[in-house]
Amino acid sequence: MALTGIQIYKLLPQTNCKECGYPTCLAFAMKLSAKQVELSACPYVTPEAKTQLAESAAPPIRLVAIKSDGYEAKAGNEVVLFRHDKTFYNKPGLFIRVYDNQPVETIKATVTEANAYAVNYVGMDLTVDGFAVASSSGDPNAFTAAVQTVRAASKRPIILMSRDVNVVKAGMNALKGETPLIYGADARNWEAFADLAKENKAALGIIAGTLAEMAELTEKIKAKGVEDLVIDPGGRDLGSGLAIGTTIRRLAVKKNFRALGFPVIAFPGDAGDPGMEAVQAAQAITKYAGFIVLDHFNPASIYPLLVLRQNIYTDPQKPIQVQPGIYEINAPKPEDPVLVTTNFSITYFSVANEVEGSGLPAWLLVTDAEGMSVLTAWAAGKFDAERIAKAIKSFNVADKVSRKRIVLPGHVAVLSGELEGELPDWEIRVGPREAVDLPAFMKQAL
Amino acid sequence: MPIEIPKDNWPGTVRTVTIGASASDGGTRTSTVTVGGQKNLPFLHFENKAPNRPAVAIEIKDHRPDDWSSLLLDAWGDVVNNPAIWAKAAEAAGADLIQLSLSLTDLDGNPTNPDGAVKTVNNVLAATGLPLMVFGPGQAEADNNLLVAVAEATKGERLVLGIAEDKNYRTIIATAMANGHLVNARSPMDVNLAKQLNILISDMGMPLDRVLMDPTTGALGYGIEYGYSAMERLRQAALQGDAMTQLPILVTPGFEAWKTKEAKVETGVPAAWGDWLERSINWETLTAMTLIEAGADIVVLRHAESVRRVKLAVTDLMAAAYTLA
Repeated sequence: MALTGIQIYKLLPQTNCKECGYPTCLAFAMKLSAKQVELSACPYVTPEAKTQLAESAAPPIRLVAIKSDGYEAKAGNEVVLFRHDKTFYNKPGLFIRVYDNQPVETIKATVTEANAYAVNYVGMDLTVDGFAVASSSGDPNAFTAAVQTVRAASKRPIILMSRDVNVVKAGMNALKGETPLIYGADARNWEAFADLAKENKAALGIIAGTLAEMAELTEKIKAKGVEDLVIDPGGRDLGSGLAIGTTIRRLAVKKNFRALGFPVIAFPGDAGDPGMEAVQAAQAITKYAGFIVLDHFNPASIYPLLVLRQNIYTDPQKPIQVQPGIYEINAPKPEDPVLVTTNFSITYFSVANEVEGSGLPAWLLVTDAEGMSVLTAWAAGKFDAERIAKAIKSFNVADKVSRKRIVLPGHVAVLSGELEGELPDWEIRVGPREAVDLPAFMKQAL
Repeated sequence: MPIEIPKDNWPGTVRTVTIGASASDGGTRTSTVTVGGQKNLPFLHFENKAPNRPAVAIEIKDHRPDDWSSLLLDAWGDVVNNPAIWAKAAEAAGADLIQLSLSLTDLDGNPTNPDGAVKTVNNVLAATGLPLMVFGPGQAEADNNLLVAVAEATKGERLVLGIAEDKNYRTIIATAMANGHLVNARSPMDVNLAKQLNILISDMGMPLDRVLMDPTTGALGYGIEYGYSAMERLRQAALQGDAMTQLPILVTPGFEAWKTKEAKVETGVPAAWGDWLERSINWETLTAMTLIEAGADIVVLRHAESVRRVKLAVTDLMAAAYTLA
């Protein structure tokens, strides 16, 4: 169990030396219990106290990384059930699964395509994280060959899937110096898998049908010295996946229940139907999976899933913002129009991408709306005529243009009257509501 | 190892709201939709079995939409030229209820008039026995003008009238109260703004079991996380006992998803976006499912394949065939 501030205080030197940056040891203890400060900030803590505190200060969900040469996919270290309570930290890894009985050319083609895949979303390149190789044949040689095929086509981290420890061992030989996830151990084979994981410093996936069995298995395996565990508690349909995932997260975060404090691996690929696979993967992203294994690589599904993951794992305290200012798009000249929008990154990129794509030159005035979208900022009083006029002045826009024309987003057409009052020598135009309609508007109306 | 399964025990309950009135209740609907009634977070049946499944509405327009993705127009075909036939097609596609969105103008650019709107609504009511939601064009004057006429002509049907928002709610609430209808209360992705509007509506004397709240959302990639977290927080406030947030939630992922570039544009987009149709359906489906998991009680969709997937997923979520410990 996590210790209270008072319990922690009893383990501290109680000298109030202030070297940790807090006025008293008690204040420091309170911060420690709220997990807002590291114990290492105290230079005088005793080794005994350190061990005791480390035990209680360990994250409720262990951070587990699957590594290869130059890449890693890590999950865990989460501290909340709802993103609005703080944030979600480590985005679940998306893995594409191939099977060792597929033709080599099929494996190679799938992995090559998925490995090269990158999609740009608000200025970030999003990619898949790795591959899972599943043994269908049960033959160690076929498995090794499949692993080699994957490794030749991609350097990304790998999950090795077989319940037969000899098959997995054969696959591991093709991944020297890496930290793959081996999947996995169950009630029958766990000792051999624990030995293999320990020997190779691999992460170990554990399969159990109930939470009670899972907790027993993780305790036994931890006792053998393997700590980097990933758990598969079953629940292949949406209803049970949600209930089981929620329960594990609650036990870890609210009860500090160590036996289930590990990242969960989900298999939406088992859904069969690619459309429903995407739905299951979406639930896995929002509801607590750490690693997600898909059976289909289709950009039309991967792109929305990568975006969903990005959105859900955005820190809700810090909306992604761009710097307010006047941006030049397609080398505008003084006679070109000034388009205005807010500094919410999604808004900015939607507008900038459209204008850029249209090939038409324009000045893009990005106002400081505290990272809110046009409508939200307007409703909150952060995007109004006064602020737009202020931005025009503070960024010296009048010095850059000869024809003073400003285009408002259609959603805030209502501001045009006021803006005329604020900027009497400017021509105020109302543009479309959505960025996607900007090119047509610019061609026809400007 | 025995495990004690943590269970939430919330003091509050979401109100139960029924849309549509059958003959015995003074309407003409052959089916009704009941949502709400939850005592806990979505689909955690091991605490309390969710009493009502989230409903899926299909949005239709009073005439052929001129700003919809051609994928939608192709999928529906000729039915988009006749709202009554479109409503039948939506029913066949699995809709639990219909959202009829009135346009600002007719196809010739003349303002939609109240008589025309009433006629359209009556035709749709005659064509399908499903419960109906009627949304105005979204401009205060036009909304009031059209919705009052519609509300009076359909007295007792328990339609949902939309959209009531803080800048324009009095007329719509008054006519809904007078004519036995419900309202959709829309606010921009903020817990306090949603609550504030519900208070204003309640203060007018509108019974809250005839109000849905629509905290709005961005589509996937366009701010869904704001809608998602606003909804999670609203539902938690309701369960904590805040009466002014204890309303079922309606959201319009179809409208949001289909106005994105991903769904609207076929050419000149990155190859990494993938097949246009499948991408668009995923956009709509994942937006809807993510919000359903956050507490949405009614999602309004546009494409029949998204409706199929969402309904399958909801059935899956409503099943409780598992043991936890």
